[in-house]
Order: sequence, then C-alpha cells, then structure tokens
Amino acid sequence: MCNTCGCSITPGNRPLVLAEKPRDGVSTVTVLKNLSSKNDRQAEHNRAHFDRHGVLVVNLMSSPGSGKTALLEATIKRLAGSLKIAVIEGDLETENDARRIQALGVTAFQITTGTACHLDAHLVHNALHQMDLTNLDVLFIENVGNLVCPASFDLGHHRNVILLSVTEGDDKPAKYPVMFRAADLMLISKTDLLPYLDDFSPNRAQQSLRNLASKAPVLELSAHQPQNLDVWINWLHDALKTHRRQLANHQTQRPAIARDDVLLHGEASLRLRPVMPESTRP
Amino acid sequence: MHELSLCDDLLGQVLALGRQHQARSIVGITVHVGGLSGVEPMLLATAFEICRVGTLAEQARLVLEPIPVRVHCNHCGIESETPNNHLQCPVCQSPDTDMVSGDELILARVELDTACV
Ligand SMILES: Nc1nc2c(ncn2[C@@H]2O[C@H](COP(=O)(O)OP(=O)(O)OP(=O)(O)O)[C@@H](O)[C@H]2O)c(=O)[nH]1
Ligand SMILES: [Mg+2]
Ligand SMILES: [Zn+2]
Ligand SMILES: [Zn+2]
Ligand SMILES: [Zn+2]
Repeated sequence: MCNTCGCSITPGNRPLVLAEKPRDGVSTVTVLKNLSSKNDRQAEHNRAHFDRHGVLVVNLMSSPGSGKTALLEATIKRLAGSLKIAVIEGDLETENDARRIQALGVTAFQITTGTACHLDAHLVHNALHQMDLTNLDVLFIENVGNLVCPASFDLGHHRNVILLSVTEGDDKPAKYPVMFRAADLMLISKTDLLPYLDDFSPNRAQQSLRNLASKAPVLELSAHQPQNLDVWINWLHDALKTHRRQLANHQTQRPAIARDDVLLHGEASLRLRPVMPESTRP
Repeated sequence: MHELSLCDDLLGQVLALGRQHQARSIVGITVHVGGLSGVEPMLLATAFEICRVGTLAEQARLVLEPIPVRVHCNHCGIESETPNNHLQCPVCQSPDTDMVSGDELILARVELDTACV
C-alpha cells in the first residue's frame, strides 16, 4: 500500500520497520518532515497557478472502476467545441487512462504513483508545470481509485466530484463518511445497469449521503447513454461560471475537504513538568 | 490514512516546542482525534512509535483522545452527539445540521521535562 500512510505497517512487520530506523533519529526526522501540512501549502500554491489561468479544476474520486475515465471520455465528446479540457490521470501503474483521453485529441498527463494510493499536491504540481494551462476552461484530475486516502489530500483543485456506481451498493456513503462528506457533487454512475440490479436504490444512496448532513447535489448518469448527460454538463457549466465570477472578485473556491486545510491547529496548552535533577532525587 | 506523514508534522511541532522551552525531554503528548478526521488512532499510535525513535520524544506518552461527532441542529437548536455516518438531529430528526466537532485533529497538550540544566 501507501508509503505516506502507515497503512502498510501491520503488527506483523512493525518490529522490522522499527529496526530499520536509525537510532540517531535527527537526520531521519528531517527527511520525513515534508508531508501533510506541506501538502496543504503546496496545494495553495497549485491553486494560485490554476487561478492565474482562470481554469476550474475538478477532482474525480471513486472506488476503482466506478467509471471515472468513461465519464471523462463521454464528457469530452459532449464538450467538444464548447469548453477546452485537459486531464491529469492518477493511477498506481499503467498509462492506459491517459491514452484513452489522448485518443480523443485532449491533453492528458499520466501520474503513476507506484505505491501511493492517492495523489498529493506535490505530484499534481509536478504535472501542472509540464502542461500548458493557457486557454483551458476545465482541468479534470482523475484520482487513484480509492475511497479512503484521496479524501485527505488537497490538490489545489476547486471541486470534488465523487462517483458511486450502481454495482457498488447504495450504502457506500455510510461506510466511507470521510470521503463522501468531501463531495461537492455526488454522481450515481452506470445507471444503464439499474434494470439488472434489484437491490440498488438511487434514493437510498442519496439518503445515505444526506445522513452525513451533506447538502451536495446528487445526479444520476450513465457514460453509455450520452443523451442523459445533460444535468452533469449543466453542472459543469454552472461551476465554471461561478468560479470565473469568484475569480473576478479576487476570490477562489475550495473543495469540501473534510478538514478545512487546518491540520494540527489550535493552541497547544503547555504543561511544564518540573523534574528534580538526578543528583537530588531521593 | 496518511498517519505517517501526519505524525511527522505532529512531532515537528512538538519538538519545536521542546527546543523553545529547552526541554530535556518530551514527557507526554495529547492529541484530539475526531471521529471524522480521517485519521485512524491505531495507525497514528503505530506511526508515532516509529517517528519518535532518536528524538526528544523518544520516551513520550502519546495520548489520543477520541472526539465524538457533535452537530448543532438548525431546526430545533439543540446540540447533540451523533454516530459518524448519521449526522441528522437525533432530537427532531432534521437533516439540517452543522457539525460543531468531530473532524478535528488537534495537538492539545504537551508535557515537557524542563529540569534545570
Ligand atoms: N454499463 C456501464 N459500464 C460502464 C459505465 N461507465 C464505465 N463502465 C465500465 O466500467 C469499467 C470501468 O470503467 P472506467 O471508466 O475504466 O473506471 P475508472 O473509475 O476510471 O477505473 P480506475 O481508473 O481503474 O479506478 C469499464 O469496463 C467500463 O466500460 C457505464 O456508465 N455503464
Ligand atoms: Mg480510470
Ligand atoms: Zn493508504
Ligand atoms: Zn509552481
Ligand atoms: Zn433538531
């Protein structure tokens, strides 16, 4: 699994991991120290880049295989001629998804994360400096298929869109509340399959999201039925319009990330513990 | 699920405090972990065991205080504790609530050993 997570440390391998760490921890500490709050600083830097170019950046998240790339393909076909799109693809391995997008004549940059099960702001920064952002309207970032880690990493984007495909079960928001609370929009995908599934209810899926006190809109669509994509296409146009209006007022938009880029905030209360010097101890 | 990097941030702050107060060692660290913080306390505790080796906090006791999710109801005005995936008002069942706590990750307390040098 993931190097930054700690999710790969199990009771079984922990003694090994511990033994690997050098005892003179000072230098090692410095090496490790550039992750999460640095991620948030990097994310703000990315957002400034994006805002300078007036591009709306949408982060697509879901379980593996919920139809993120298929939705992008269908969206690109629909928007051809109206909006200028580019895509950043995140996957553990392969450039398949970027190739699928490039086949449609759209710029796509593939980030292969290797072991990390999410994108972070540094990876996205590296990608954005290799892309031409001028004249772009919307940049989609397709995150690594995973309903856990990606929710905790601000990439500098503006909107979180979370897909829930009808083959996954309608209780996913209840099982992954941190992810689904981060949604600015939830898309119920692959609705063409609904007739074959007797136990997925779009209403229950929406209720499960509402149970998290989320007011995010919920739309239903199928990438295989482009005629039903209107609501999603309208949402995108609206989001872009809102974004451009904000930028005109020198404001930006931040996604509904679980914690408003405040990590380890708050005043620490310090307790100084007087300890007697060794020599005077009884 | 990025406990290792979070733990490193945490330790960085704690060690800076230790240096600032010329502590001989860090004795205790208390962190408040909200139920919807996205942080798994067990993983954070494990990550801490790894990160603290060789630092001033090598012997420190890490206390992770779970913070339950609490919501304020915009309908009846009552504040209540709720489960992580059921944030409607438990009193009047209104879905119109705002979370008042439960998504935080806060370094709440640091105990330093500052014996005279
Ligand atoms: N029936 C149906 N199948 C779909 C739909 N969208 C995607 N699929 C299928 O679902 C599978 C996965 O689709 P992808 O678009 O690759 O999913 P993804 O979310 O990009 O997957 P990862 O990037 O691997 O996480 C493919 O076989 C698609 O053809 C849809 O709307 N209806
Ligand atoms: Mg894909
Ligand atoms: Zn992970
Ligand atoms: Zn830059
Ligand atoms: Zn109420």
